[in-house]
Amino acid sequence: MRSTKGMCGAQWLSACALAVGASLLSVSTASATVTRHSDSTITLSQAAIDGRTARDAYRAYVASIQNNEPAATASYATMRVKRIPAFARKYGLRCSACHTAWPELNSFGQQFRDNGYQLKNERDTPISQSNAYFPITIRVTPQFHMERATKQLVDATPGDGESGQTEKTLTSHGFDLSGMDLWTAGTLWKNVSFVALLSSDNFASFHFEAVNLRFDNLGDNPWLNLKVGKFELDNLISEKRFLFLSDNGGSYATYHFSAPGSSVDFGVGDNQLGAELSGHSLNSYTRYSAAVLSSNDGDPGSNNFSSYDANFNFSQAFDGGAMGVERIGAYAYVGQRPTSFQTSGGDAIAGSGTNRKTFYRAGFAGDFFLHKLEFLPFYLHGNDNAFLASGATPNEPLPDGARDASWNGGFLETHYYINQQLVLTQRVEAIRMSQQAFSSMPSTLGNVDAYSFGTRWYPFMYSRAGLAVHGEYSLMKTVSPGQTAEEGSTVNIWTSSLLFALDFDF
Amino acid sequence: MSRDARRIASLAGLGIVFSIISAAGVRAQGNNGLPREGQGQDNKIIKNVGRPAVGKVEYVRYCVGCHGDHGDGQGENTPWIEPKPRDFTLAVFKCRSTPSGTLPTDQDLMNTIRRGIVHSNMPEWRPLPDQMIADILSYIKTFSPRWKTEQPGTPVVVPAETPVTMESILAGRAMFQKFECWKCHGPEGRGNGPSASGMTDSKDQPIQPLDFTTSDRFKCGTTNADLYRIFMTGLDGTPMASFSDNIKGDAGWDLVHYLRTMQPMRTPEATIWKAWLATHAGELKPIGDQTGQ
Repeated sequence: MRSTKGMCGAQWLSACALAVGASLLSVSTASATVTRHSDSTITLSQAAIDGRTARDAYRAYVASIQNNEPAATASYATMRVKRIPAFARKYGLRCSACHTAWPELNSFGQQFRDNGYQLKNERDTPISQSNAYFPITIRVTPQFHMERATKQLVDATPGDGESGQTEKTLTSHGFDLSGMDLWTAGTLWKNVSFVALLSSDNFASFHFEAVNLRFDNLGDNPWLNLKVGKFELDNLISEKRFLFLSDNGGSYATYHFSAPGSSVDFGVGDNQLGAELSGHSLNSYTRYSAAVLSSNDGDPGSNNFSSYDANFNFSQAFDGGAMGVERIGAYAYVGQRPTSFQTSGGDAIAGSGTNRKTFYRAGFAGDFFLHKLEFLPFYLHGNDNAFLASGATPNEPLPDGARDASWNGGFLETHYYINQQLVLTQRVEAIRMSQQAFSSMPSTLGNVDAYSFGTRWYPFMYSRAGLAVHGEYSLMKTVSPGQTAEEGSTVNIWTSSLLFALDFDF
Repeated sequence: MSRDARRIASLAGLGIVFSIISAAGVRAQGNNGLPREGQGQDNKIIKNVGRPAVGKVEYVRYCVGCHGDHGDGQGENTPWIEPKPRDFTLAVFKCRSTPSGTLPTDQDLMNTIRRGIVHSNMPEWRPLPDQMIADILSYIKTFSPRWKTEQPGTPVVVPAETPVTMESILAGRAMFQKFECWKCHGPEGRGNGPSASGMTDSKDQPIQPLDFTTSDRFKCGTTNADLYRIFMTGLDGTPMASFSDNIKGDAGWDLVHYLRTMQPMRTPEATIWKAWLATHAGELKPIGDQTGQ
C-alpha cells in the first residue's frame, strides 16, 4: 500500500513538474511520467488487483485525472458506505427508524450510534438477545455504469506508439460489481461496543476498513466515551453513509483533495487509527469529539509515522419544529508528517522520521431540514506546510521558492425525501486553490468542479434487509497539467459517470 | 459565465426542476383522508398542533414495524418481541399520570415516547422534535374512538416526598409484604415471584414483572415521584393494578423508599439500608409466604 501511495505522490510531482519546470523533476523518481502517456497509468482495475483500498483507488483515480491519464477504463470501486440491518434485526426497527434514507443517519440513528449502538432499554447486551441473533451484515452492489473522460491522450494510430499522440474522449460501459462490506458491529456487554468492518474491492480483496472498540458512557456519563482502533472521523457529514455511489460522485472530492505536488496523504474521509474521546447530550443534539491519531492516514501495519495528528469536532442541533432537526458544526484536523529520515544504504528507515511539518484542514458543516428537503453544506480550508506542499525530497533542503499551499473547498448537497422509500439527490462541489506551492504554478491547477444528481428508491422497507434501486449521474471537471511542458499550461479534463445499481444489504 | 460554468449550472437547474416536479406530484397525492392541521378533531398536543397526515408518515417511519399499519400492535416484528407492542386501537396505556381506566394526558404520551420503556423494544426517541411527536400522537389517536368520546383523566396528585429514613424503608418493606408485591416481583425484587411465571397482560400475552435489581429505571420513569405515581395509577393492561385505594398519602413514599434499596445503583435509600442491615439483618423476617409461620 505504501508503494502505491508513493506512486500517487510521484504522479503528482510529475504533474507539477510540467508547470514548475525541470527543477522539481530532480526530486521525483517518476520522471518518465511527465506527460499524459498511458504507460504510467494506474487504473482502478489495477488497484483492485493489487489489493489497494477503495480510498487508494480513489486517489489513483483522481491522480490519473489530474495527470490527464486515461480514466475512462477505470472500473468501479466506490468508497463503501455503511448501514447495518443487523441492528434492525436485533431491535426490530425498520431501516427508516435510524436512516433518513439508508445509509444516511437521521437524528435518532445518530443518537443510537452515539450511545454505542445501544437503545439503552436494558436489552443491549448479547446475553439479552436470542441465541439465533448474530450481528453480521453484507452489502454489495451489482450495477451497470458508463464512464467518460475527455482530452485523453492516445496514439494517433492505434497500436503504433511512434505515431504521435492526439486527444480523444474515451468512453466505456458495462455491467460490474462493487466491492463488498462485511460488517459486524454491536455490543460485547452493556456500554462496551465494537465494530469490525472488512471491506473488499470488486475482486474480493479485503482490508480492514474499520475495527474499533468503544467504552460507552464512562461513569454512567454520556459525555465520556472512549473509542480505540480504526474508525471514521466524527464528520458531521459522513462520506461512509451518503447517497452517492458512482466513480465520480461516490466520494467527496473535498474530503480527499491534496494540493498539486503535495506529499500529504491525509483525507478527511479516510478512516484513521487512534483513540477518540467523545460525548453527547442525551438526545445527541450537542456533540463533541477529540481524537489522537497516528500520522499514517489509517494504514494499519504502517510504522513510518512515530507522530500523531489531532482531530476536533463539535456540533449543535436544534429542534426546528415542523422543519425537523437542524444541526451545525465545526471541525479541525491538525496533522504532521516527517521530512527527514534516518537512512540505510540511502533508503529511508521506516519509523525514524523527524523534522515534522504540519498541515491542517478546518471548516464547518451543517445539516438543515426544510420539511422534506435536506441541505448539507460543507466548507473546508486546507493548508500544507511548504515542505509538504512542495513534495520536497526527504533530508533535502526546501526547494527555492517553495511556500505553503492552501485551498478552499466545499459542497452543497440536497436531498428531497418524497417519502421514506424514495429520495432525490444532488450535489454541487468546488475546490479552488488559493496558493500553490510555487508561484510559477498555474493558479488554477488542481481546481475541481463537480455536480451529481440521482435517485434512490427502496422498493420495500422493513427490519430485516434492504434494497435500493440506485440511479446517478455525476460530472467532474479537474484542472490538470497541460499537454506540453509549457509553463503555466493547464487543461480542463471532464469526467462523468452514469450508474444504475442494485444496492442490497442483508 | 464560462462554458463550463454554464454546463454545471444547467445540470443543477435540471436537478432542481426535477425535484420541484416530484414534490408537486407528491403534494397532489393528498392526505389520505386524514385531517390537515386545524381541520376536524382538536389536535392540540401540548404546545403544538398535531397533524395526523404528517404523523402518519412519521408513524410509518418509526413505529409501524412494531405497532403495525393499523395500530393494533401487529407489526412485522411483533411475533419476535416480548413484551408485545401496545395496541393503539384499545387506547389502553401503561404509563399515565391519570387514574386507572382513564385516558392518559398528551404529556404522558409524549413522556413515554421520549423516555422509552425499559426492558421492552420501545426505545428512547429523545431526538425527535416536539412537533414530530405531536404529529405522531395525533395520528395514533385516530386508531381508537375513545379519543373522540372520552377526555383524559385528571392527573393524580403526588404529595411532597417524605424524608428517607430507616423507619420509612422498614414501613415500605412491610407494605411490600402486606400488599403481596413479592408474589410477582419476588422477595428480593428480582421479578421472580411465585406468580411471575405464566403471567399475561390483558391481551393474554406473556409479560414479566420488573426486576428491580437490574433496572436503574422503572417502566414509567426514573424518579421517586414516578414510582409513587405508578402505585397510584397502576399500569393499565398489565397485572400491575392501581393501589390508590390501599395506599394513602405519605405511605406510598415508604414503599418507594424500600423499592429504591433494591436497585443496582447507589441510591440514598440503599446507603441507609445497607448500613442498617450490617447490624440488624437478623431482626428481619424473610419476605414471602408467611402463612405457615
